[in-house]
Amino acid sequence: MAIRVAKPGFFTTVQDLGRYGHAHLGISPAGAADPLSFRIANLLVGNEENAPALEMTLLGASLEFEENAIVAITGASCECKAGADVIAVNTAVELPAGAVLKCGSMPTGARCYLAVQRGFDVPLIMGSASTHVGGRFGGFHGRRLQSGDVLQVRKRGPSRVRSLRPGALDSQQGQAPLRVTKGAQHDWFGPEAFEKLFSCSYIVSEQSDRTGLRLKGEVVRPREQSQLLTDGIPLGAIQVPQDGQPIILFVDQQTTGGYPKIANVIAADMHLVGQIRPRDEVRFVEFSIAEAIQVLREQEQWLQEIFK
Amino acid sequence: MKIIPASDSSLLVVFGNAISPELHERVIALFHAFQARHDPRIGNLHPGYASLLIDFDPLRLSHEELTSEVQQLANTRDSKADKGSNVGTIPVCYDVEFGPDLPDVAQHAGISLEEVIRLHSLPTYLVYFLGFSPGFVYLGGLPEILHTPRLATPRPSIAGGSVGIAGSQTGIYPVDSPGGWKLIGRTPVRMFDPEATPPTRLQPGDRMKFSPIDRGTFDEMMQSR
Repeated sequence: MAIRVAKPGFFTTVQDLGRYGHAHLGISPAGAADPLSFRIANLLVGNEENAPALEMTLLGASLEFEENAIVAITGASCECKAGADVIAVNTAVELPAGAVLKCGSMPTGARCYLAVQRGFDVPLIMGSASTHVGGRFGGFHGRRLQSGDVLQVRKRGPSRVRSLRPGALDSQQGQAPLRVTKGAQHDWFGPEAFEKLFSCSYIVSEQSDRTGLRLKGEVVRPREQSQLLTDGIPLGAIQVPQDGQPIILFVDQQTTGGYPKIANVIAADMHLVGQIRPRDEVRFVEFSIAEAIQVLREQEQWLQEIFK
Repeated sequence: MKIIPASDSSLLVVFGNAISPELHERVIALFHAFQARHDPRIGNLHPGYASLLIDFDPLRLSHEELTSEVQQLANTRDSKADKGSNVGTIPVCYDVEFGPDLPDVAQHAGISLEEVIRLHSLPTYLVYFLGFSPGFVYLGGLPEILHTPRLATPRPSIAGGSVGIAGSQTGIYPVDSPGGWKLIGRTPVRMFDPEATPPTRLQPGDRMKFSPIDRGTFDEMMQSR
């Protein structure tokens, strides 16, 4: 079954939950920027949660369905229509053959996900379907989608759908501060640096993408300017370059870097990073590693419980 | 050795604070030890100059458990050391068309172009690690006379395969990208091929040499790749 891209939207790629085991070759994981919404989309259409699906950014795509298909749209709020019909989000929906699904702009949030039952059929590169934009591989020919592209859907797979309990996603609303743990070079920074990081709000710059979110706000500086020997960068690390403006490193990040890392976004909040838009305001609050892991455990539990 | 929790899902093992083959040997020994385990709870290993970052699933492996594994493994010998590390040869065409900064590097060193080429292709370099972009190698061993500052303004686009110098580092741009290194030549060899196994020509801990080739050989190799 084929799906033709009539309009690609602002930045649409095929993703899964990422490509692991290759960071020592300079290969970042890529994968869904909001893995929680991505997983929910796949689970709704009955797929395994890692099945290849579309990630759409700020402005959604228009897609023509050759045959009838079961899809689910999750993530950022986005008005989706097929002809005059409004297509419900956060639920599995059957589209008839010939339908043209138009996903609009996203007034809040940055990314929405479109999963199709059985998943998109793209080759696995190093075990993953994720598009690595910088390395030009994975996903659909290693690039974002363009008008006229034709995506294939896998021939085999599940045929059951699932649904969410009423109000299941309500707790996900609201703009909370990002929870962070201390970073690998936190001892390079004095109390005043942490005071600024935790009391000020930062504005996300326009030069932000899947490699990282550049923040503008109060300058954070290490006690002394010394040179860090290049070391590995964990996902969600908050590094502080010479200008003192923090950068949150994201799914397409460099695997190594030479700037000190003051803090790190907790794993359970990385999905929120994927929904931050340029010009949004970001705040941080400190968590211990034990608390962060507890929150992650609760989030996994929550994901099991939201489905009927 | 210091073991630092870098995040809720990673540990940074720091062996020291210098660029030295001795410290690096310990990084690579630990890297190989974890690689050999194929532990599904470990997602990624990032060797650096003197450290190894380990990304893992904190719901299946705790920081404490991983710390004690690191302590055990850090004292073992490198499983691959006996086999001798791979010495790769990377052919380079040191043509001014490919290496527009060759005259600049020569002038900075106060030597001839031929001498730059001879000195650059003389040492056996150590691949400290890969980072920055897929397949990008950080090499140690550039002769001091060739150390040259990077460009004041980076070039917006550099052809994949370009060989450059930045300060005390030399390396190869694996794919077309922007960059500020002084360019001295180009290799016809693909440093990164996502469909190949392994996808990169060089691995952390490898040793490598540059071997000069003429323009004719370069063109032939480009055609047959």
